[in-house]
Amino acid sequence: MGKKTVPLLDKKAVDRTITRITHEILEKNKGYKDLCLIGIRTRGIYLAKRINDKIKTIEEIELPLGILDITMYRDDIFKLKLPEVKKTDIPFDLNNMIIILIDDVMHTGRTTRAAIDAIMDLGRPRKIQLAVLVDRGDRELPMHPDYAGIFYNGSPEEEVLVRLREIDGKDEVIVVRT
Amino acid sequence: MKWSKKDLLGIRELSKEEILLVLDSADSFKDISRREVKKVPTLRGKTVITLFYEPSTRTRTSFEIAAKRLSADTINISAGTSSHVKGETLKDTARNLESMRPDVIVIRHNMPGAPHMLSRIVDSSVINAGDGAHEHPTQALLDLFTMREKKNRIDGLNITIVGDIAHSRVARSNIFALRHFNTRITCSGPPTMIPPDIESLGVHVEYDMNKAVKDADVIMMLRIQKERGGISYIPSVKEYSNIYGLKAEHIKKAKKDVIIMHPGPMNRGVEITDEVADGPYSVILDQVENGVAVRMAILYLLTGREA
Repeated sequence: MGKKTVPLLDKKAVDRTITRITHEILEKNKGYKDLCLIGIRTRGIYLAKRINDKIKTIEEIELPLGILDITMYRDDIFKLKLPEVKKTDIPFDLNNMIIILIDDVMHTGRTTRAAIDAIMDLGRPRKIQLAVLVDRGDRELPMHPDYAGIFYNGSPEEEVLVRLREIDGKDEVIVVRT
Repeated sequence: MKWSKKDLLGIRELSKEEILLVLDSADSFKDISRREVKKVPTLRGKTVITLFYEPSTRTRTSFEIAAKRLSADTINISAGTSSHVKGETLKDTARNLESMRPDVIVIRHNMPGAPHMLSRIVDSSVINAGDGAHEHPTQALLDLFTMREKKNRIDGLNITIVGDIAHSRVARSNIFALRHFNTRITCSGPPTMIPPDIESLGVHVEYDMNKAVKDADVIMMLRIQKERGGISYIPSVKEYSNIYGLKAEHIKKAKKDVIIMHPGPMNRGVEITDEVADGPYSVILDQVENGVAVRMAILYLLTGREA
């Protein structure tokens, strides 16, 4: 069966969306005090880095940036085909920080749940806020992003793919229908 | 790379890719033990039984801590306090334990092949924690992990293993693992303790300890396996210690950044002097720390295997 793809965001739109999210983060938190960024593997890392680059341009400061691997905290770990465990790397104390958790796509909310649990085992942040590039809706848990690039509520047969130049060679968000 | 094996019975059955998968996974699990909250929910609801027919401090504790840090429930059975003393066979013990539906059984037994037999009669994953003089796969994996961590590579290393090679499951498993890599392995010890045909495993034999340690990147010392009759292969412990005990003078002949390993338990003053065991080249306690990480990786891979 052929696959049909529909573009949601192109290169420019991806960049504009990240710019907007960055401004919203700074606006909502009234600046950058106590803020830190944690990207969820894999594409959340690159989105976090890009947000940090933009914050550097706007505020002339770099925020502490960490990488979170949620594999050990998944609730479906044994239903998947043995996901590889990779390293979590948070080289700063996250106690009393305001964490901006960053992921590419939010769907059921289960990744977010796992990420929050993983963070709680590492310390006691003051707040956790969630930023995603695409919110797909169809939540299975009561979770909501604080910052969402776009909202796309497709059908279950559709897959939303975020591609980033750092690992995919180009920036775009597409919907794949099988 | 996916893991599909139900059991870990020996290194001999593992591919290089499988060995690397364990080491890479262990790298991530090692961080857990260094956190304030030393626990992840990964194996919640799983049950791990350790069944030990031989004495053990390190291996049994290491498996138990590894399982607990992954949130599995653990039950420990030692032969001395089990129905084994009432005459129950291993087969019956295994069947009875299986009825309680564990997910993993870790077994140490003095009979080579006992874990293999167990694996054929139970659905649980079986991990060999040492079977006689045959294999001790998790020890070899933690040894490789430690070598890679300290040397940033395994390829190109000169590794010298000294002692009671003939009765050592640690030596055997290490050789099976290391021969997947481009290493030079030298075995040394009294001729009575070196199996006659060991070169067929691709290792070199050097009876002269001073030559054996020359240019070594890694020196792995082994204990005389008294429980396997090792003592009857040497004229006296004193003579053994004089000739094959690792001393500071040997370290000088090895590479400048040599690491000294020992699987434990050590017999201080026999195969290793205090000076060396507690000296700056010793990574013996790193091996113990890494053992937990490697066993966490194994428990994760076996319980999450692709069916």
